[in-house]
Amino acid sequence: MLILSRKKGESIQIGDDIEITIAAIHGDQVKIGINAPKHVEIHRKEVYLDIQEENANAAKNIEGLLHLLAQSKKDSGSEKKNDG
Amino acid sequence: MMKLQTKYHGEVEIEDAAIWHFEGGIPGFPDEKSFVLLPLLDDGIYMVLQSTASPYVAFVVTSPFLFFRDYEFNIDDATLEQLSIEKEEDVRVYAILTVRDPFSETTANLQAPLIMNEKNHKAKQLILNDRHYHTRHPLFADGPDKEKG
Repeated sequence: MLILSRKKGESIQIGDDIEITIAAIHGDQVKIGINAPKHVEIHRKEVYLDIQEENANAAKNIEGLLHLLAQSKKDSGSEKKNDG
Repeated sequence: MMKLQTKYHGEVEIEDAAIWHFEGGIPGFPDEKSFVLLPLLDDGIYMVLQSTASPYVAFVVTSPFLFFRDYEFNIDDATLEQLSIEKEEDVRVYAILTVRDPFSETTANLQAPLIMNEKNHKAKQLILNDRHYHTRHPLFADGPDKEKG
C-alpha cells in the first residue's frame, strides 16, 4: 500500500479525475473530501462489507422455503383469530 | 423464450424482456448482471430475484413499503443517471430478505434496496448513506412475535 503524509487542506490526485482532500482533522478523526466521476461508487468500507456479507447470507440455500412461507401464513391466520 | 434452471422454481421459461440488467453486478456477486423476478406464492408479496447465469444465486425479495410504512430514501443523481430514471412511477423498489427459520425471524436489508427502472429494466442495489437503516431489520417487528423486553 502506498502511504503519503498530508496536512489539512492538502490533496491527493488519483488518475485524471479523482481528487481526495483532507478537509479537517479532529483528534483521531479525519474528514475527507472526495471528488470523483459519478460512476465511481464511494462507500464507507465497513458499510460495503456489511452489504456484501448480508447478500451472501440472503443467497444461502433456504431449506423448505415454500413450506416456511406457508407455515407463516397459517400462523398469522391463527393469530388474527386469537385477537377476536 | 429461454429455459432457465432456478434455485426454487425448477426449470422455467422466460422471455428476454423479463430480464433485469444489473450492469455492475451486486455487492458480493459482481459477475451476476442478469436476473429475473419470479413470484413465490400467488399472493405476490414475496418474489425471488433469480440470476439467469447461476441457478444457485437467488434472493427472496419483497416490497419494503408493505412492511415498513415509514421507509423512505432519496435516489442520488448518479443512480438516476446510471439507470436513466426519468419518473418516480417507473421505479420499483425491493428489499432483499434474509429468510430464517422460523419465518417470523426473517430480516430485511433496508440499507441496500434494489432500485429497478421498469422503462428499460436497468437495475442496481443502492447503498444508502443513512444511519437509520441497516442490513437486518426484523420483517415482523410490530407483529405478535416481537421480542419481549
